[in-house]
Amino acid sequence: MGDWSGYIGLMLDGARVTVELTVLGCALALPVAFAAGLGRLSRFWAVRALALAYIEFFRGTSIFVQLFWAYFVLPLIGFELTPLQAGVLALGLNVGAYGAEVVRSAVQSIGREQHEACVALNLTRWQGLRHVLLPQAFVVMIPTFGNNAIELLKATSVVSLISLTDLTFQAQVVRSQTGSTAIPFLTVLVIYFALASMISFGMKTLERRMTRGLDGIRH
Amino acid sequence: MEWDWAFVREIMPTLLDGLKITVLATVLGSVLAAVVGLAFALLRRSPNRLVSRTTAFLVEFIRGTPLLVQLYFLFYVLPGAGILLSPLTAGVIGLGVHYATYMAEVFRAGIDNTPRGQWEAAKACNLTAVQTWQHIILPQAIPPMIPALANYFVAMFKETPLLSAITVVELMSQARSIANFNYRYLEPMTLVGVLFLAISLIAVPALHLLERRFRRYR
Repeated sequence: MGDWSGYIGLMLDGARVTVELTVLGCALALPVAFAAGLGRLSRFWAVRALALAYIEFFRGTSIFVQLFWAYFVLPLIGFELTPLQAGVLALGLNVGAYGAEVVRSAVQSIGREQHEACVALNLTRWQGLRHVLLPQAFVVMIPTFGNNAIELLKATSVVSLISLTDLTFQAQVVRSQTGSTAIPFLTVLVIYFALASMISFGMKTLERRMTRGLDGIRH
Repeated sequence: MEWDWAFVREIMPTLLDGLKITVLATVLGSVLAAVVGLAFALLRRSPNRLVSRTTAFLVEFIRGTPLLVQLYFLFYVLPGAGILLSPLTAGVIGLGVHYATYMAEVFRAGIDNTPRGQWEAAKACNLTAVQTWQHIILPQAIPPMIPALANYFVAMFKETPLLSAITVVELMSQARSIANFNYRYLEPMTLVGVLFLAISLIAVPALHLLERRFRRYR
């Protein structure tokens, strides 16, 4: 096993794919979470039912099953997806469903008086949401969103099973080429942990920034 | 591709066999997770700084890394150290220890929510540490945790397909082998989804029931 630099390059390539998947997955999950979470609070029962069906479906089955379904079954009905597209789609929709519940409970956690104040000021529902409720609810969502982002990062390892060359996949490659098991797997564990720590640090910083000036109002 | 009911009837017994292993792995895994989770929670409260810090780091580390890689680690690395595990054993240990880190958090919150007065009363009655935990703290702390623990039970159930990656023959791997053998992906993959969804949807009202049943203790 002389060629460690080559293997390290391979792992770094894998780490890049993992980061890419995490970022793209989050980019899909965030708007989906807001759409479905606010959909749950809609005045129209059809929108509520649709949002509920989406959330229950994606929370009721695992990311693994959804990924395989996206990759193997969707092509049969005419949606040809590359592994990366299938991965981002499954990860984003799955974590989006969990995020939707976070959005819903955060908006509902805002006190009644805020809703009443919106009515008293004659704001439309959209104005009230946009200027009064969401800015306050967003602060409540951040810590849980951070956890969801870490869950997404961890879930990306599953895409290695549909032959996407992420970190976990490269660990398997190194294992099969060198016969060494402890070193590649320990290395990827450490890389995943470092990425997760970066997300949680970033989210804490964001939370501190967003709550700045709110000290007297909250807690 | 058309949905074929005859094919569904043909593969259903095999899938249900896989489902049995899935349920077995979930049950064994959650028992292990509850025990190890409680141990993590107690070790984190240890007065010995070294013990509590090490446990805290270990819990963070396990929670920050993917279950799949941990399963590979158990399955490929431990045999090198002379520890041979059957795939199912490795899977149950991986699942159990991974979720133990989540359950430890639930236990910690439950223990912290026990009022201070209870600790003081235990001290006043001259109970030993073991007696305090066994008779005063845990009986009060555990019932309110049950809904949260049950939530993780359902989460674990949904994660079991990962065990197919280390050759445990559970629901997902049965479906994959059927799909590869017959070259039909539609029915097996969809049925796996339907079976998981069905059990999760049954679990939701059951969880609400648990929550109502144990809220009284609060």
